Parts: sequence; C-alpha cells; structure tokens
Amino acid sequence: MELGNSLAHFAAGIGAGLAIIGGAAGIGRLAAAAMDGTARQPQASGDIRNAMIIAAALIEGATLFALVVCILLAVK
Amino acid sequence: MMAQEAAGHAAETAAAAGTPAVEGGAHAAAGAVHAVAEGAHEGPFQAGDFIFHHILDSQSLELPFVGEVHLPTLHIGPWALPITKHAVMMWIVFALVVLVLWLATRRRSTAPRGMHNVMEAIVVFVRDDLARKNIGHEGDRFVPYLLSTFVFILFCNLLGLFPYMATATGNIGVTAGLAGMAFIMIQVSGMREHGVVGHFRNLVPHGLPIWLMPIMIPVEILGLFTKPFALCVRLFANMTAGHVVIASLIGMVFILQKWWVGAILTVPFALFINGIELLVAFLQAYIFTMLTSLFIGMTVHPSH
Repeated sequence: MELGNSLAHFAAGIGAGLAIIGGAAGIGRLAAAAMDGTARQPQASGDIRNAMIIAAALIEGATLFALVVCILLAVK
Repeated sequence: MMAQEAAGHAAETAAAAGTPAVEGGAHAAAGAVHAVAEGAHEGPFQAGDFIFHHILDSQSLELPFVGEVHLPTLHIGPWALPITKHAVMMWIVFALVVLVLWLATRRRSTAPRGMHNVMEAIVVFVRDDLARKNIGHEGDRFVPYLLSTFVFILFCNLLGLFPYMATATGNIGVTAGLAGMAFIMIQVSGMREHGVVGHFRNLVPHGLPIWLMPIMIPVEILGLFTKPFALCVRLFANMTAGHVVIASLIGMVFILQKWWVGAILTVPFALFINGIELLVAFLQAYIFTMLTSLFIGMTVHPSH
C-alpha cells in the first residue's frame, strides 16, 4: 500500500476517534443535565426526555457528518 | 502444506490396504489436493469480506434449505433495474405491514384486543406525541405520512434482526429516499401554509438587519438540505453500525479459532448487542419520525 493511501486510513481512524470523543462528551453532558432535571422535577420527566432525545439526535448528526468525512477518507 | 499432508495420509492408507488400493489412494490424494486447491481459492478467513457480505446490498438472496438464489435484472426500456436483496426486503416489509394492519383492523371494537391494541397504541402515539405536539393543531393532516414512515422504518429495522434477512434501512439509498420524502413534505407543508414566496421569506427571521442577509441566506439555504441529509445519514449509520458490531463479534470466533472465545466473548456479547439493536430499531424509527414532524412544525410555525 502506498504512503498516501495508508496516511488516509490513519487519518480516518484518528478522525473517527476524535469525532466519537466529541459526540460522547456532548451526549454525556446532555444526559447528566437531563438526569439532574428529572431528579429535581420527576413530573416533568416526559418533556425532559423528549427534549433530550431531540438534542441528542442533533449532536449525533454533527458527529455523523465527521464520520462520513472519515469514511470518504478511508474508501476514496 | 495441508495438501501434502492429505496426500501423504491418503498414500499411507493406500499402502496399508495393500497394492491393489494404490490406484484408489492416488485418486484420493488427487481428490484431496483438488479439494485443498479449491479451499485455497477462498483463502484464509477474511473478516472484512464476511462483514461486508452481511452489510452490503447484493443481487443474491440466501434462503433456508434452498441456498443462494440469484435475483433477476428487469429491463424496462433502456434502463436495467436489478432486483436486489434490500429491494426484496422492502417488499417483504410492505407485505408484512399490510398483513399486520389487515389483522389489526379485521375485528374493530371499542375495546380492542390483541393486534388491534398494538396498532392502536402506535397510531395514537404518532398522533398525540409526534404530530400534535410538534406541529400543533394542523398536525392531524400529517399523521398518515408520519405513521407510514414510522411503521416502514420500524419494520425494516426489525426485519434485519431475523436470520437470512437484511436491513433495508442499512442501505444509504433507502434512507436517502426516505429523507427525500421528508424534505418534500417539509417544503410542501411550508409552501401550503405561507405560499411559495412567504415560505422562502420565512427562511430568515423577520426584522433582520439588511447587512446580515448575505450571510444568513446562504446559511439558511444550506440548512434546508443538511436537515434531511442528517436524517439520511443518521438512520443509515445507526443501522449499519450495529450489524457491523454483531458481525465482528461473530467473525472473532473464526479469526481466533478457539471454542472458549465463542462461549465467553461472542455469544454473550452478540446477544447483548442484539438486545441493544432491538432498542435501536424502535429508537431510530422514533427519532426519524419525530425530527421530521419537528422540522414540519418549524416550517409551518416559523419563529418571528
């Protein structure tokens, strides 16, 4: 395998890892805040869960864009 | 090396059986060499090939007891339309949805039982928690579309968990089609509510300073397309990733070739991931439908 190709695979791996770190940190903070909110006000748990899932999906979307770039690097 | 061993073994057997068997032994040895040569054609176990065979679309269908069935290519005028595994899976999903809905609505009563109960729960959930909550009082108009999307994605996701089946939503073409429908639905609902000009005027908040327009308008136009793109990639990536993990865990047994790997690692972990996949199947159908209804609500009721 030539150097450029292997560098692209290397970059894809590193990039996927970094994207996952970012997404996991975001969703982790979000889940922590949602748990806090649910613990303080259990009757609002349904609304909090809905808002959490929307925000989690949007964070995940941003992470997936990064992963698509990584896939393009790996299979170019 | 294996071929030599096999041939040597066959020759030994022939020698033990005496001279008349030499010819048979030679035959067996030739057969063994042939078999090994054929085996060498496939080479050692390639985990990547195994995983991608499971994930990717192909023009063959694996059936129990029958084996692999090659699917035909339709020629309509100048276009060749190959029938693929995922297309067949979508047909199965259509048939299943029709069957389930027929079973559910066959005996209607005010006190629902069995299948009717399940479907009524899903319909009421989509109407109350998705359409009415996110779109508002006009939400009921979008319930048929949202319900079709929800049930189709859910059945596609769940069908992929059965043996011999494939996940049609793990194909980016299928999810792109679903996201394209969502895009059309979002835009058309905005245009119906505000008119074509009013819809595009709603892209930017009203009362924005005029010098911000050159920045905001391209960003908002880009935003129109990134929403369905995110829907498409999210569903595709979530459905594919789970199957890659399961296939990797199963492939680990064949790579390491130890029985305890299967007992300790593969079976418990693959079962666990399968359970997670069951959850993800419902969650992704819910998220796709909920985000679609949210985007429809955002275009119908823009922030001023």
